[in-house]
Amino acid sequence: MRHLLDTKTLAREDALRILDVAEDMADTQQREVKKLPTLRGKTVVNLFFEDSTRTRISFEAAAKRLSADVINFSAKGSSVSKGESLQDTAQTLQAMAADAVVIRHSASGAPRTLATSGWISAGVVNAGDGTHEHPTQALLDAFTIRKRRYGADSRGRDLTGMRVTIVGDILHSRVARSNVWLLHTLGAEVALVAPPTLVPQDVSAWPVRVGYDLDEAVGEGPDALMMLRIQLERMNASYFPNEREYSRRWGLDPERFAALPQSTMVMHPGPMNRGLEICAEAADSPRSTVLDQVTNGVSVRMAALYLLLAGERPAPGADDDAQKEDAR
Amino acid sequence: MSEALLFTGARIEGGASADILVADGVIAGVGSGLDRRGARIVDADGLLVLPGLVDLHTHLREPGYEDSETVLTGSRAAAVGGYTAVFAMPNTSPVADTAGVVEQELALGEAAGLVTVQPIGAVTVGQKGERLAELGAMAASRARVRVFSDDGSCVWDPLIMRRALEYVKAFDGVIAQHAQDPRLTAGAQMNEGTVSSELGLAGWPAVAEESIIARDVLLAEHVGSRLHVCHLSTAGSVDLIRWAKKRGVQVTAEVTPHHLLLTEDLVRGYDARFKVNPPLRRNEDVQAVREGLADGTIDIVATDHAPHPAEAKACEWQAAANGMVGLESALRVVHAAMVDTGLLEWTDVARVMSRTPAAIGQLPGHGRPIAAGEPAELTFYDPAAGGEFGVADLRGRSVNSPYLGRRLPGDVRFTVHAGRLTVADGALTEEARA
Amino acid sequence: MSTRTVLHDADISRALTRISHEILESNKGAQDLVILGIPTRGVTLARRLATQVAQVSGSPVPVGALDVTMYRDDLHRHPTRAPQPTDIPPGGIDGKTVVLVDDVLFSGRSIRAALDALQDIGRPAIVRLAILVDRGHRELPIRPDFVGKNLPSARDERVFVRLTEVDGTEEVAIES
Repeated sequence: MRHLLDTKTLAREDALRILDVAEDMADTQQREVKKLPTLRGKTVVNLFFEDSTRTRISFEAAAKRLSADVINFSAKGSSVSKGESLQDTAQTLQAMAADAVVIRHSASGAPRTLATSGWISAGVVNAGDGTHEHPTQALLDAFTIRKRRYGADSRGRDLTGMRVTIVGDILHSRVARSNVWLLHTLGAEVALVAPPTLVPQDVSAWPVRVGYDLDEAVGEGPDALMMLRIQLERMNASYFPNEREYSRRWGLDPERFAALPQSTMVMHPGPMNRGLEICAEAADSPRSTVLDQVTNGVSVRMAALYLLLAGERPAPGADDDAQKEDAR
Repeated sequence: MSEALLFTGARIEGGASADILVADGVIAGVGSGLDRRGARIVDADGLLVLPGLVDLHTHLREPGYEDSETVLTGSRAAAVGGYTAVFAMPNTSPVADTAGVVEQELALGEAAGLVTVQPIGAVTVGQKGERLAELGAMAASRARVRVFSDDGSCVWDPLIMRRALEYVKAFDGVIAQHAQDPRLTAGAQMNEGTVSSELGLAGWPAVAEESIIARDVLLAEHVGSRLHVCHLSTAGSVDLIRWAKKRGVQVTAEVTPHHLLLTEDLVRGYDARFKVNPPLRRNEDVQAVREGLADGTIDIVATDHAPHPAEAKACEWQAAANGMVGLESALRVVHAAMVDTGLLEWTDVARVMSRTPAAIGQLPGHGRPIAAGEPAELTFYDPAAGGEFGVADLRGRSVNSPYLGRRLPGDVRFTVHAGRLTVADGALTEEARA
Repeated sequence: MSTRTVLHDADISRALTRISHEILESNKGAQDLVILGIPTRGVTLARRLATQVAQVSGSPVPVGALDVTMYRDDLHRHPTRAPQPTDIPPGGIDGKTVVLVDDVLFSGRSIRAALDALQDIGRPAIVRLAILVDRGHRELPIRPDFVGKNLPSARDERVFVRLTEVDGTEEVAIES
């Protein structure tokens, strides 16, 4: 695997391999010595053009547990905020012999531009690009669903037959997009629920059902209900009138939480707006996977870094950085 | 005075073969048995000859953005593409919204001497859309401005648009509208549809173009004015123009070569060479604009030649500038999209790329018949040539072409402007390169 | 290229029986023994040894698997390998006598990696090494405590171990 840019072009076998290796990584995290020597001598750069403490420290923990050296680069106060281009930043990293670049950027497509530009030879991991994709988030979500469902018997299994409903600002959510493609690849059925203004204008080609009614979706009793964070700034662009109405119609409030089957997992990528899209009862209940998602994030990111860096690196232009057929 | 030229054996607009004698800036004769004494003989066997191409929509970037292009470098690009006249859009710095700036642009074009550079004046001061610019002064200036546009921005305020349409009637001017509702396209990056939803790029919906066109044709009808619509890109827009013309509205429309050939699927790799405004659309839109050009609903092809420096394109999509260079490739792209598909004959190409643009822009001396006594503005093209389009085919200062690496048919072999060769054997002549 | 069988199923069975007795003898019984196999076939062999040792000694012997992929020093020279599961029996390894089991001993690098892996899991009192086939060409100072068969080989020859549970047949073969 030369780069990990998206789940849209991630083949089923590759997705399962990441999830299965993540199982092994998760096991090592139970030991007293949580560190592995595997990526000793490799340099991983966290290139974060957008603020994100949580994802950045997750990647940092993952790299360090594999004994890689980590360099953190955040845009604020750096040369980038003074107008240095992506190209110049990338070439600086190349000159510093980075082996992998974990990039989070506000522009959709920036990781692909970085990976295909020829500016760097390092492997590129997309830690979130604009509203496009966040592949490691979808992978840790899939890992979490699989683990909750199959426990110690997870290895090798996909998510066939599982029904997952994603609720929130689909239009602006890279987490939603990555989850839609990956869940579908792994055989799950996906439903989306959102105010009509927050569904992309044309999702006819997406392998999903779309609805506007959260109570109806709750009534269907999905296996997993994934709540997305709503950004209140959207209110100012008239996507919905105010937070009260949003919360009343699309929030997982105590009534809706009580109406969910006991077996439904409640998921959230974080950070949560408690009381807005998700009530405290739901967030803190045993059915909530929020903290598991964080723990699993480190294991999944360890797996991604391992598969990117440990073996012999494929040549540029090989497999996954070229245009690839849909994983379906 | 330059030497006389005798072109032998060219097919007039793809039709009958004839010799053409050019002397003292005019076509001295067309046919056979012409007096060839003192003339340089140019073998044009196998070539077709069109009236010199006229581009109603070019960005020459000077004054203000000379790192992308200058009037001189843009003129070279135009000549190599077979153009003998270009209309220069006013989104320069300073904006061409006064007689002073348009006269400056005119002078730069005359100094370059390779094509007729006809300045377009801004509709509003600074193209800000708030107050009318000195349209009358620009019309009366040495630059004789007749086409006005805020291209780059839409004249969005319906009242300002109405006033502008009415005002230019005094000097037979025309407003060329860049149809884009700014509120529906804030932050837009590509066509809104299935591809944008996947790629996570903010969408530019077709309705943002169509709703402005719908409004403007009704305004033009109401006040009895001419209207020109820039770079039409959607099927719905073609339908609206068809409807408006049926009603008798005096509207004309242009389409770019890239909207005749390229679709939004090219955006998938996030290669910013394909980032343009209006954006590349669906295949259905490409088919509709081709049919519209073929049946006359769309009147002309205009390049919207938009040069940008390398760093404005070698970056993440969101940070990249909108625009493609197009002067050098235009005729070849029209050949591929419209002639090879049987939608246009060469004489139609002459109409949409020379006669009609000159008429809309009221540019005397261009788009004239290829006949004795007419000004010598000619383009000689080899339709049988062709090859991979590359950086070597570009003559402007910028290389942001979407056709690099793509096979295109045809080749411009000779361009004659004011009776002199600016391009010979496919290359700029010595004096043109000076 | 020719292949010859150097151990048939009866030879393998005899070797393992002998090794299980040797383990018990050197450990003076089954006290604190933990047998860990290195995937893939080391695990199969470990399970067989554990069963035999338990039969002879009368008490069950904890058995598990120790994957060494993450500790190898030659990862970047090969296409990426997927790790195999590591399964440490419930009693752990602290203070135990761990017997590592693998099918073929060659350069010794796998065993070095296994020692590093063990160190991150706990602190055994003693570590011993049981190998079915030692083919020589050691690159590190590692020697087995219990050997099924010494098999001198040329560097470019290939040694195959096939076990019923994994391969459907039972033999050790060398291909030159």
